[in-house]
Amino acid sequence: MERNLMKGNEALAEAAIRAGCKCFFGYPITPQTELSAYMAKRMEKAGGVFLQAESEIAAINMVLGAAATGVRAMTSSSSPGISLKSEGISYIAGSDLPCVIINVQRGGPGLGGIQPSQADYWQATKALGHGDFHLLVYAPASVQEMINMLTKAFDLADEYRMPAMILADGLLGQMMEPVTFPEIKANVVEKPWATNGHQFKRKHNIVNSLYLQPDGLQKTVQDRFVRYEDIKKKHSEAELYKTEDADIVVVAYGATARVAKSAVNKAREAGIKAGLIRPMTLWPFPEKQIVEGTKAASDVLVVEMSMGQMVDDVKLSLECSKPVHFFGRTGGVIPKPTEIFDEIIKIGGAK
Amino acid sequence: MAVVFEKPKALADVSTHYCPGCTHGIIHRLVAEVIDEMGIEGDTIGVCPVGCSVMAYNYFNCDMIEAPHGRAPAVATGAKRAMPDKYVFTYQGDGDLAAIGTAETVHSATRGENIVIIFVNNTTYGMTGGQMAPTTLPGQVTQTTPYGRNTETQGYPIRVCEMLATLDGVALAQRVAVDSVPHIREAKKAIRKAFENQKNKRGFSIVEVLSTCPTNWGLTPIESLTRLREDCIPYYPLGVYKDITAEEVVK
Repeated sequence: MERNLMKGNEALAEAAIRAGCKCFFGYPITPQTELSAYMAKRMEKAGGVFLQAESEIAAINMVLGAAATGVRAMTSSSSPGISLKSEGISYIAGSDLPCVIINVQRGGPGLGGIQPSQADYWQATKALGHGDFHLLVYAPASVQEMINMLTKAFDLADEYRMPAMILADGLLGQMMEPVTFPEIKANVVEKPWATNGHQFKRKHNIVNSLYLQPDGLQKTVQDRFVRYEDIKKKHSEAELYKTEDADIVVVAYGATARVAKSAVNKAREAGIKAGLIRPMTLWPFPEKQIVEGTKAASDVLVVEMSMGQMVDDVKLSLECSKPVHFFGRTGGVIPKPTEIFDEIIKIGGAK
Repeated sequence: MAVVFEKPKALADVSTHYCPGCTHGIIHRLVAEVIDEMGIEGDTIGVCPVGCSVMAYNYFNCDMIEAPHGRAPAVATGAKRAMPDKYVFTYQGDGDLAAIGTAETVHSATRGENIVIIFVNNTTYGMTGGQMAPTTLPGQVTQTTPYGRNTETQGYPIRVCEMLATLDGVALAQRVAVDSVPHIREAKKAIRKAFENQKNKRGFSIVEVLSTCPTNWGLTPIESLTRLREDCIPYYPLGVYKDITAEEVVK
């Protein structure tokens, strides 16, 4: 299998094309612009559509239109741009359409900064637009994982008829790593609901999120949540690293988890029983894996590039059964292994 | 017995929610007649706006998508780019197209998206109860201009066809009205031309249809048609603002 050195943003683009993405609609924003540029170069040659929209709002609505016809469609952006897309994402979820959205996170709020951040966790997992709904949220920690997760995101989005997000950050987007593209088996899902012209062979299809009868609206939302329960059961993912005997378990995702792993290794070298849980799906959140991975632990330390967002879900998963500590850095300030190591010592790793 | 007049096949056999005297019914019918005549119902995807015609997805028999407010041209762009061989049209009101969706309208036009836009201009937000629209006439009383639209504080109406006619991507920009039989016939011809443009991959076609809103204008249907003629048409002159097929003939 070919092995390439690729930048995270470009690897996401190539992976999307290989996963059968037919339409990409983008809008420039740092630090994800290379993704659009790669699509501009490759998409047409691969028989797909690349279009630079007039705004993030237009881009996500183009995704809505393309996804409604049954093709695989994608858009990408970074934090402020994702806020603009939130209206369209709510409509896509409300219309039960599959698509993939990339968020290469940067610091916020407002314009924030252009350096890596994880401050969009709440937005991605709990509030990406108005109404009761969820997205599948994947949190890659390497360029290779970006590729693997993108394929899975498209497959599950199609299967469950819902939007999926790759929640990366500027570090992963800009970083170059060696990658291999796996042979992709196209997971072809029939889409009898697609608005692609009825050809007088069926009744007309309607893609819509409006239900004026309250009972009808309630039923669509409840049906969606039945699907969500199924996803929670089958598709939450996490990496457990040296947790079996760990007194202190660090929980971190994405780029931060790589730094945390170095700190855990350093702690082990110092004779401290530390472990790491790395959530790979943020919605569904790997609740069971958190419980499982902290069985032996007296303390849990959550590390994020934010003021503390995922820490809420860790606490909810553990139901106050043990102390959950937090260490955070905000946009652009990447935590150092020594800082996390120091936190482990502070919590009681020295006892 | 020979049938001389019937419901177009592209219109569903349901009653609509439109108010008595509203001209949406006529405009729906014209679009459906064109779809029937061209035999394209099975290959057509319609995009509804947010506004009075939000539920047009129940009235047309072709496949339909309901777009967020103002975003219909972007949704149509996505559908058309994904399925270039299908016919894609949007059906939008004035608030949807010329206020919240101005960027989507202008940019789909300048890209020359090969779609049809049916733009229904009745100078008010009908669905929400008659507020000022981007096309509300100077002096016009609405719920949010209770003393009449004051251009010093509320600015001027937008003439959409005139504005879009300046863009190279536009194949057809034509304003019609549905206040009289001759005008309705003219409107139908314009809609047909717009769909033919799409068939021949000529680019973006917009047909602006001056329409009425008896409920929110506080007028009877007949009085509404009179107002359309006496107040609206003078401000929004009917006619062809751009037609690349006419230019082709001249050349």
